[in-house]
Amino acid sequence: MDAAIVVNHLSAAYRKNEVLSEISFKVMPGTLTCIVGPNGAGKSTLIKTMLELHPRTTGEVSFLGQSYRRAKTKIGYVPQRGSVDWDFPTNALDVVLMGLYGRIGWLKRPRKSHRDQAMEALRVMGMEQYADRQISQLSGGQQQRVFLARALVQDAEIYFLDEPLAGVDAATERIIMDTLQQLKMKGRTVMVVHHDLQTVEDYFDHVLLLNRTVIAHGATADTFTDHQLHRTYGGALRWMREKV
Amino acid sequence: MNFLSYNAQWVLLSTLLLGMAAGVVGVLSYWKRQSLMSDTLSHAALPGVVLGFIAVGTKQLPAMLIGAAISALIGAWLVLWIRSSSRVKEDAAMGIVLSVFFGLGIMLLTYANRMPGGGQSGLDNFIFGQAASMVRSDVMLLTILAISVIFLVYLFFKEWKLALFDPSYAQGLGLSVKSMNILYTSLLVLVIVIGIQAVGVILIAALMIIPAVSARYWTDSFGRMLVLSAIFGGGAGVCGTLLSTLGKGWPTGPFIVVAAAAMFVISLLLGTSKGLLVILYQRKRAQLKRQNTILAEQAVEGGRG
Repeated sequence: MDAAIVVNHLSAAYRKNEVLSEISFKVMPGTLTCIVGPNGAGKSTLIKTMLELHPRTTGEVSFLGQSYRRAKTKIGYVPQRGSVDWDFPTNALDVVLMGLYGRIGWLKRPRKSHRDQAMEALRVMGMEQYADRQISQLSGGQQQRVFLARALVQDAEIYFLDEPLAGVDAATERIIMDTLQQLKMKGRTVMVVHHDLQTVEDYFDHVLLLNRTVIAHGATADTFTDHQLHRTYGGALRWMREKV
Repeated sequence: MNFLSYNAQWVLLSTLLLGMAAGVVGVLSYWKRQSLMSDTLSHAALPGVVLGFIAVGTKQLPAMLIGAAISALIGAWLVLWIRSSSRVKEDAAMGIVLSVFFGLGIMLLTYANRMPGGGQSGLDNFIFGQAASMVRSDVMLLTILAISVIFLVYLFFKEWKLALFDPSYAQGLGLSVKSMNILYTSLLVLVIVIGIQAVGVILIAALMIIPAVSARYWTDSFGRMLVLSAIFGGGAGVCGTLLSTLGKGWPTGPFIVVAAAAMFVISLLLGTSKGLLVILYQRKRAQLKRQNTILAEQAVEGGRG
């Protein structure tokens, strides 16, 4: 089987400081991978660089054997919740509809069938009763679910989620993880930036340990070991484990 | 009542459409958090206006408007260039461009006023605006430009919403945010060019900022915000023009801005979405509710005790 995502010698910098160097890995389709690493390890930057939202200095990335530009429409991206202004005057259904803009066609208006699709995605996320709600009036977890619903209607092959479980309630966490599991069952490829080491083994079948470069990558059982975690987090790990 | 003359009707129509165009483009600026950009670019247009006049030698509106557009675009490009190639932040870059271009404009204006025919050309009107000085051919041109601006905002409605709310997601869906930014800057410059004669370079920015801010107090929908802002902007344009015709030689710009400011005060107080009275009422009601709950709890505890 061909890999869904191939990254070769990818590097990226902020101004002159290199934040990612020589990143190489392959992700097979139908897997659910989390990207784990300490603060400042470059987790979000890795996703943004792969999706050409941040310039790379070297390296190549391909999705389903194609360049990002060609594969763009097959990729769904869920940015960090804090990356947008939730005070923007719009409602939940409208935000989900944005996921269909590519299919609706530029300069065309959404039709009823598109609205129905968006409504269905909200229902999957348990949000149908909030369709007309102003997005500023939603809780953090509900906002995250709206974001995920927007990615779902895109019906993409590959999904990237940046900290989807940060600061959400337990119900939202369960709904999000169920949804991601279902995507995986359908053969979709999912990569998630994750911060909670406690849940890695329960939620993800693959792990990519990152600290400016790939420390380890593979099936969770083989990769998520004390030894590799120590290499990723260094001295900070003991502190993190003790805290829990 | 000479302001209902045939020419005055045309002038009114053009300030109405100018206000509407400024209103809708102002909403885009509001959500780009770039309200001050309109102020910078309008000041930056002044040297171009005067150079257009100097080049042609008489007061020909098209030449001056082309000059205005070019010089405003150079201003926009300079802001971007200063921001990306130095440590100077955007607000400081805008401050530099605004004052330097305006200073240059006034310098050129002083020179142009000494040229033969310069003193009587009414060039000074471009600073505070003089709607009555527009002739019919000017009005036709400005009306067409204003309608184009409004149409472009309408045509790209869905794309504006996406690009303003979540630009990186827009990029991922294949919408070129760069092209949207170029279109946005072009619309901004067009509104300045349209408004420069009626409202003037100093106050045109207010016509883009105030209606949008006022509209925000009435609605939680992007579409309705655009419509309301167009209504407020158009209303301010018409009211200001009518008021300024009451006195001989009164400038139009200040009256338009004062009319817009009145609408803002009304919106601030009475706005149905975020107006002060609504918020006060909601707070009062929440307070009463809380007091009632506390009273009820006390009653229950009292019953137990």
